[in-house]
Amino acid sequence: MWSGTITFGLVSVPVNLYPATRASRSSLRMVGPEGVPLSRRYYSQESGRDLDADQMIRGYEIEKDKYVPVTDEELERLEPKKSRDIDVRRFVEQDSIPPIYFEHGYFLTPGGETEKAYRLLAETMEKEGRAGIATFVMRGKEYLVAIFSENGILRAETLRFADELRSPKEIGLPGKKKSPPKAVVRRFEKLIEKKSESKPTLREIKDEETERLLKLVKKKLSKGKDVVEIEPEKDEESKVVDIMDVLKKSIAAKA
Amino acid sequence: MSARAIWKAKLKLNGTRIPVDLYSAVADRAVHFNILEEKTMTRVKQHMVDPESGKEVPADEIRKAYQVEPGTFVILNDDELDSLEPEPSREIEITHFVPPASVDAQMFERPYYLGPDGDQEAYFALAEALNSKGKEGIARWIMRKKEYSGVLRAEGDYLFLVTLRDPKQVVSAKDLPTHAGRDLDQKELKMATQLVEALEGDFDPTEFRDEYRDRVLEFIERKAKSKAPKLHVVRSKRATTSLESALDRSIKQLKKEKKAA
Repeated sequence: MWSGTITFGLVSVPVNLYPATRASRSSLRMVGPEGVPLSRRYYSQESGRDLDADQMIRGYEIEKDKYVPVTDEELERLEPKKSRDIDVRRFVEQDSIPPIYFEHGYFLTPGGETEKAYRLLAETMEKEGRAGIATFVMRGKEYLVAIFSENGILRAETLRFADELRSPKEIGLPGKKKSPPKAVVRRFEKLIEKKSESKPTLREIKDEETERLLKLVKKKLSKGKDVVEIEPEKDEESKVVDIMDVLKKSIAAKA
Repeated sequence: MSARAIWKAKLKLNGTRIPVDLYSAVADRAVHFNILEEKTMTRVKQHMVDPESGKEVPADEIRKAYQVEPGTFVILNDDELDSLEPEPSREIEITHFVPPASVDAQMFERPYYLGPDGDQEAYFALAEALNSKGKEGIARWIMRKKEYSGVLRAEGDYLFLVTLRDPKQVVSAKDLPTHAGRDLDQKELKMATQLVEALEGDFDPTEFRDEYRDRVLEFIERKAKSKAPKLHVVRSKRATTSLESALDRSIKQLKKEKKAA
């Protein structure tokens, strides 16, 4: 969890930030021949020995095999003065941001001692149908975000910066030389109309591969085939928390 | 400099098939660091080890397993994993058309441009039809052994696809409890509305730049020339004032700025 402060004008709204997505259920673990879950370790290419965290540093390659070391402290000191400020610079029409910009979602729950300013901002934004555009630095990276208000809860969607997106011209897509024949356009328009009639649901979009995986796992489990039981890792059980529970707690605490 | 297509496919709309090329719309501009062994300043390598014995397990002995619950794993062999893969296909099927903004922003994952592959007439005609009807398509396809769903949109003359997340992975605000609390102060609500309105504008991404990335790269460059740059310790303290006075002063300040402009 990360804590920061939304600022707009001179008003500050302390918030906690939580990811709004869960990890995929279907990720597989790498195990040894006997089924023991393996750990990924770093090792030295010089000595071949495993390395501990304090034997490793971060480096930026400036030319082949030549690195400039960069410490956590240096990265921190390069952060803007008010790095924990999520500085809202604009309020835009909430549906006006093109889909190509969106990256990851985070919920912003009320932090600090009072949630009055939080509720005031959430209610005003929802009523006005506006999203706030802001920038901030978190864990060594600057983010551009759109803050949405829905159901009284603020959510930040990180956006790609303009220079992180290519234009059709940069990609080298051919230009439209002449208008396509009206009849062809008309035919597509008719198809669009026809296929707009049925109401699609995103629930239809299901991950069939995961379903096949779970079915196979269930079958093998019931037959007791290739099933390995080991002592669960110490923190394993407490690690399996649903983000929903965390969010509910975080919201309830201030209500 | 033109980019290379990452995949070739046909957009399928009922019986019509439009040949297209897929291009990533994202340009990676992140500052990439390497993990180094401090003593030798060489890049570290990774391997998988048995956590009990600390012994390396060679790649050909590693197997994949699904964790049913903490401590219970089901091992899947290569044949089984192969059987889970979807049938390869080169068709992007458009199943429905919906009004824009029907798909929640939380669902969007990664954008791709589509370019015409041969038949330009059908490609540009579809883009024109999407624009004139103000619709976007819901698409499904299999690319590189993975199933995708996405939104097909027209932007200007061109078509693009944005892949969607699995709905199960997305936590929706609709499923969270609503805030309960005392009614908000009407005067403060009015001031907050004024303040939001004063900052209203169009979404213009060119206004924003990843300045932190610029600073990090500049710092690395200076450090490489062994002029270890001095950095300031940054800690900010915020003055605490009442919400009402902060709102009031913000509005006054914005009005002043507007007059000056």
